[in-house]
Amino acid sequence: MKILAIDTSGLVASVAYLEDTMLIGEFTTNHKQTHSETLMPMLQNLTKMLQQDIYTIDAIAIASGPGSFTGLRIGSATAKGLGLALDVPLIPVKTVEALAYQFYGSKNLICPLMDARRNQVYTGLYEFIDEKNEQDNQVDFAFHIIKEQCAMSIFDIIDNINELGREVIFLGDGVPVYENDLKERLRVPYSLAPASHNRQRAALVGLVGIKAFQSGKAVTADDFEPDYLRLSQAERELNEKTEKAHA
Amino acid sequence: MKDNLILAVESSCDETAAAVVKNGRQVLSNVISTQIALHAQFGGVVPEIASRKHIEKINQVIRQALAEAEITLDDLDGIAVTYGPGLVGPLLVGLSAAKAIAFAKDIPLIGVHHIEGHISANYIEHEDLKPPFMSLVVSGGHTHLVYVKDYGVYEIIGFTRDDAAGEAFDKVARAIGLGYPGGPKIDKLSKEGNPEAIHFPRAKVADSKYDFSFSGLKSAVLNYINSCEMKQQPYHQADVAASFQKAVTDVLVDNTMEALKDLGLKEIVLAGGVASNSSLREAFVKRCDAEQVRLYYPSPVFCTDNAAMIGVAGYYEFQKGITHGLDLNAVPNLKLGQKVI
Repeated sequence: MKILAIDTSGLVASVAYLEDTMLIGEFTTNHKQTHSETLMPMLQNLTKMLQQDIYTIDAIAIASGPGSFTGLRIGSATAKGLGLALDVPLIPVKTVEALAYQFYGSKNLICPLMDARRNQVYTGLYEFIDEKNEQDNQVDFAFHIIKEQCAMSIFDIIDNINELGREVIFLGDGVPVYENDLKERLRVPYSLAPASHNRQRAALVGLVGIKAFQSGKAVTADDFEPDYLRLSQAERELNEKTEKAHA
Repeated sequence: MKDNLILAVESSCDETAAAVVKNGRQVLSNVISTQIALHAQFGGVVPEIASRKHIEKINQVIRQALAEAEITLDDLDGIAVTYGPGLVGPLLVGLSAAKAIAFAKDIPLIGVHHIEGHISANYIEHEDLKPPFMSLVVSGGHTHLVYVKDYGVYEIIGFTRDDAAGEAFDKVARAIGLGYPGGPKIDKLSKEGNPEAIHFPRAKVADSKYDFSFSGLKSAVLNYINSCEMKQQPYHQADVAASFQKAVTDVLVDNTMEALKDLGLKEIVLAGGVASNSSLREAFVKRCDAEQVRLYYPSPVFCTDNAAMIGVAGYYEFQKGITHGLDLNAVPNLKLGQKVI
């Protein structure tokens, strides 16, 4: 199967074509220009460069959140428009899980940190577990979720990791923001992902997306909505007011 | 000649809308999903909530517009979409979806100015209407006097220095306890009130005879209510509504008539959500009859935000060869007559 993958959840804009076990091509930028200006020209150029016929894709994998609300919406509206026009389904891929796939095979804890402002991060905890084949020496890795993606304070996730007491690798745009907190508070060995592995990539969304598609997790383009993991500020304030009134 | 079919998408504020327009003036479908009820509890449009709702509805609305027009995306000659002015989050939803469809179907993308859309709404029901004419655009976010010289050629000759007319309606409605949206509620209540009961000021802007200012009027209404409350005198809600509405209407009519005469034009075109206000229409009808000026305004459904008007404006842009690249961005404060090419 062939899929188009899109990730616009953060500053990175990334599109990729994947076919079964191959990455055909990927265009990734990490630049301040808005996704609204870059995403479609990137897709247009990549499609042309790879001599792809967009009509041959079977589905669109999309980083469905969390992330920047505006970023998620540009990617989502684009994927929904493409899905409508091409009559293909969408495969929602959790942003933090796709990030964790940067360290496929790592037996250490993998902890993506996306800056969520207001002293919070979008994060989760993951690891890969050996699944050794009986007949030969080939090893497969099963993706294991220790902590489901969520929005939480950087201090709380650090406490979680300290309690687990295991070596951990961090990646994501939250790392430079909270580097000092990691340094001061972590009581386990940790490392920070290098430039080649520390941000979102559509290839990872595609990789996770193909697996999800095979296990029947695609939705129609009409039904797809991003998962923001957070209410809007207005709704939060309204809820707080209502709670106070009831208290 | 082959028919021209344009799919139009509009999501600049709190309506998710799509329409199909044939040959520039014939509306084959006009689908609008409004969020008014959703925002009412917050007393106004919340951009983040509006954006989320647009994402939820965009495909359904487009699909329904195509189905009602009995066409498919393959029949289209172009796709027109609002790229400003408006709320950036909401704008980006319609714009991103439209760009994706334009790319997938390899058809031209035509970015449309929201206010040019409102003015163009008048072409739908008035076959004989052609530029040049004077247009008054009044809505929740805009109060503009626009000299429409030709299709797609606009010159702003008057605008509000502070609040938009619709904004003043919303604020006064809130002050007298009517809630959101203020325009239709004040319009309805005014029918029971006396417009001459209280004399609120008709603001003139000193250095420009065509410009508007509504913040002074709004303050005068708030002061009136406060002083009544301080004296523990009940005030007549309907009289306040009617007198306020009359003050707004008088200024809008006077400035428009003055501009019309100065520029030697013969036709007035009303546009925007407030153009469906019955008192404003009546006042214009009366003055235009008396002074033998032709008056045009759209049906209420084409006054408030809709995509059909974007399709019409997009058609005339397209006729002039104006299309946009896939890097087109939303421009929240896009000026009338300013074009991103």
